[in-house]
Amino acid sequence: MIWDAVFQPFADFGFMRRALLGCIAISVGATPVGVFLMLRRMSLTGDAMAHAILPGAAVGYLVSGLSLGAMTVGGLIAGMAVALLSGFVTRVTALREDASLAAFYLISLALGVLIVSTRGSNVDLMHVLFGTVLALDDAALILLCAFASLSVLVLALLFRPLVLECADPQFLRSVSGLSAVTHFTFLALVVMNLVGGFHALGTLMAVGIMILPAAAARFWAAGIGGLVLTAIIIAMVSSLTGLLLSYHYSLPSGPAIILVAGIAYGVSLVFGPVGGLIAQALPRRDFEV
Amino acid sequence: MTTAIAFRDLTLGYDRHPAVHHLQTEIGTGSLTAVVGPNGAGKSTLLKGVIGALSPLGGSVIFGGLNRDDIAFLPQQADIDRSFPLTVLDLVAMGLWREIGAFGGLGRKQKPRVEAAVAAVGLTGFETRPIGSLSGGQMQRALFARLLLQDAQLVLLDEPFAAIDARTMADLIAVIEGWHEEGRTVLTVLHDYDMVRAHFPRTLLLARELVAHGPTHEVLTAENQFRARQMCEACDGPPHVCGRSAA
Ligand SMILES: Nc1ncnc2c1ncn2[C@@H]1O[C@H](COP(=O)(O)OP(=O)(O)O)[C@@H](O)[C@H]1O
Ligand SMILES: [Mg+2]
Repeated sequence: MIWDAVFQPFADFGFMRRALLGCIAISVGATPVGVFLMLRRMSLTGDAMAHAILPGAAVGYLVSGLSLGAMTVGGLIAGMAVALLSGFVTRVTALREDASLAAFYLISLALGVLIVSTRGSNVDLMHVLFGTVLALDDAALILLCAFASLSVLVLALLFRPLVLECADPQFLRSVSGLSAVTHFTFLALVVMNLVGGFHALGTLMAVGIMILPAAAARFWAAGIGGLVLTAIIIAMVSSLTGLLLSYHYSLPSGPAIILVAGIAYGVSLVFGPVGGLIAQALPRRDFEV
Repeated sequence: MTTAIAFRDLTLGYDRHPAVHHLQTEIGTGSLTAVVGPNGAGKSTLLKGVIGALSPLGGSVIFGGLNRDDIAFLPQQADIDRSFPLTVLDLVAMGLWREIGAFGGLGRKQKPRVEAAVAAVGLTGFETRPIGSLSGGQMQRALFARLLLQDAQLVLLDEPFAAIDARTMADLIAVIEGWHEEGRTVLTVLHDYDMVRAHFPRTLLLARELVAHGPTHEVLTAENQFRARQMCEACDGPPHVCGRSAA
């Protein structure tokens, strides 16, 4: 029974194994970045950047069709440009950040869809918007795994300055010159992971696997290590469950994965021991001094 | 007495609007100095100039036998994200940055020192508490523990006792006096003149310009305080604000 439902699809079908591997790579690479995005209250920035990648990838698509390399390079360039620009725009203009970000990603989305539609079919458009996790080829898998490894490595190196940059930026500036480097390296990590996620889950869903598990983890763990670990586990379980649901009920796999992550968030919100709704309603256990 | 910091005709300000004018004086090595003056007198601006966060519009700050990363600074409004998942121990341990840097290990060798610093500010037992759960006074104690670990020759504190209970204040003054005894140079912005008289041998009275600088009892005269109030009225906002804060 359980074997049939859970293991058989992966035993029988190579594309399911590939999809799972791709999702695991994304979970390991993107989710920790998502935890820091959340802690820095930059979830919306992540969303905006995910959309900003679209026109870049779309130009790559215009140049050479559904090519992994062209779309990756296009996405990276567009994402980095927007990352640099958005920091600049909010610093220079008085526009509230959320307003400028919202403007930004609406324009990006429209532009990206237009570019793809000028040449491609609806199938291509769906591919770009929602990804093709069930059709990951070797090159795409290698790319996802490489991005994940690089992301984990850089995050480990950057961990302490990044924590300080989030928690007490003034102090980081007073003890070291790493503040700006940390900020922009982090943004680069966000872009890189979004581009990776883009190939599997598409523009609209890539940011979901980054943010939702992190948001859910907040209700289970208090420390940073715990948050990262919990988020990765939630992302992996969501991926597995989402893939199986899409297999058994022939649902689109990207949305299925994100929906499961969304359900995980909802469940955490209610049942999570760290500030979940039920935990809050229960009488408070005071800290012992 | 050697000089720790020399202000040479120093003018500091924002967008070319000077907030501290032509400051010319010296802070002795190992001295314990209170920086006082009405609101908007330029006290915080002066400290920002010392740490180099603000570059001079004119003149210069010269350090005697001291380099820039040998300064520990507690800003007036520490802009700390209290909801960030850090424990007291994590926060305090950041004071070791100069030693461990961005990548160095933080392990068994350092832990006793971090714990000692936590104990020195009376926070023993709070090590694993998230910083979000601390009271204002406890948070200030934790920040002082971090300053202790920074082990800097020059310590700059900007209104460290604003909104702090009396017991915490007394404990933290003991920490400041400990730094003084160890021969560190300490510069503290304060509002409470009684406290300055009781604990701070030297005072620098600022009102956009230098009003007086020297032994506390010579600086905090009624005449100097009156002058400071007048000078501040002349160059800053509504007069009653200045008058009230200097009282
Ligand atoms: N970031 C800033 N930008 C522009 N003006 C500032 C800034 N900070 C302080 N000022 C101005 O500089 C003057 C001195 O301020 P400050 O040094 O903070 O005074 P104090 O700390 O003595 O109360 C005030 O008139 C204040 O309005
Ligand atoms: Mg001030």
